[in-house]
Amino acid sequence: MNEAVIVKVGMADLNVAAAGASLRTTGLGSCVGLTLYDAGRRIAGMAHIMLPSSEIAREGQLNVAKYADTAIPELLVRMKDAGADLSRLVAKMAGGAQMFAFAGGSDSMRIGPRNVESSHAALAKWSIPVVAEDTGGNYGRTIEFDSLSGVLTIRSVQNGVKEI
Amino acid sequence: MNLFSHDTEFKMDVLREVGNIGAGHAATALSRLLDKPVDMAVPTVSFIPFEEISGRVGGPEEVVVAVFLRVEGEAPGNIFFLMSREQARGLLQGLLAFDATEGDAYTEMELSALSEIGNILAGSYLSSLADLTGLPLSPTVPSIAVDMAGAILTYGLLQFGTMGDDALLIDTTFLEGKHEAEGHFFFIPDPESFERMFRALGVPVE
Repeated sequence: MNEAVIVKVGMADLNVAAAGASLRTTGLGSCVGLTLYDAGRRIAGMAHIMLPSSEIAREGQLNVAKYADTAIPELLVRMKDAGADLSRLVAKMAGGAQMFAFAGGSDSMRIGPRNVESSHAALAKWSIPVVAEDTGGNYGRTIEFDSLSGVLTIRSVQNGVKEI
Repeated sequence: MNLFSHDTEFKMDVLREVGNIGAGHAATALSRLLDKPVDMAVPTVSFIPFEEISGRVGGPEEVVVAVFLRVEGEAPGNIFFLMSREQARGLLQGLLAFDATEGDAYTEMELSALSEIGNILAGSYLSSLADLTGLPLSPTVPSIAVDMAGAILTYGLLQFGTMGDDALLIDTTFLEGKHEAEGHFFFIPDPESFERMFRALGVPVE
């Protein structure tokens, strides 16, 4: 077997891979790693979402990959450019943990669950089904998404390796 | 950030000095706690891309022991006390005077002791900052996690997240003797805290 090509997706970043390459993002805590997949053409996309909504953005030049509501449309454009059939896409997601538990739990501490909720809402808006997810908990995750099989591999310090 | 477009060097120097005074008090507190000399490197102050912050402690997947405290008051922000697992073990041995549990798991007692160390460091850091600026500042109850650095540090970046892809980090390394690191102390003030700190310290703000 050939050495698989791994495309890195940074924090608040997104990318697309095909032809057997894999997408990888590391150290997801409250962030959500969201993947889209066209199984027919074996085209995969991944976004590393940091915040739930671009409504709270105060930056001049908006980084669309950072927010759930803007990352998904951008990823759809990139998937289409790569030749994906948008009507056949399915989504998976991982992350959205709550790493620290504070008594009281301010809004910013709940950022993980909020990222998951917003990601679901944005996908529903585009009628993209979520076929699998591994979200929540209180631990970090590193994920890798194989464009050949559509399998999402999740690694964590506490819970080892899991495939969805 | 616009606030830093003028007199950038001077403002960075002020923050470095703020970090220096805070960390100096924290190092003294740690030294008393462990009953041995604890030194510190001169703090570094930098705007650093989110992506690179975990690089300071070994990369996004490096497993670290992290005590996290939110700073409340007039100049809110986030504080992390970060150690490698070996450093945490060393601290526990020094503090509790018994051999810490082998392996990767920590007992409640050990986690609680490490949280308390983070609490004492943050408390002395912040009280000297509060004295210096006259701004009321207090830490929340500490929270501890043993996990990937990337996953943990995100919590310190959320306030900057809405403004861009960089955060201003005041980073101090604690040293045992002259070389062996005891841990990193990160102070990441919220973006709106800088103007208040500068005003309180008499730094001209346009």
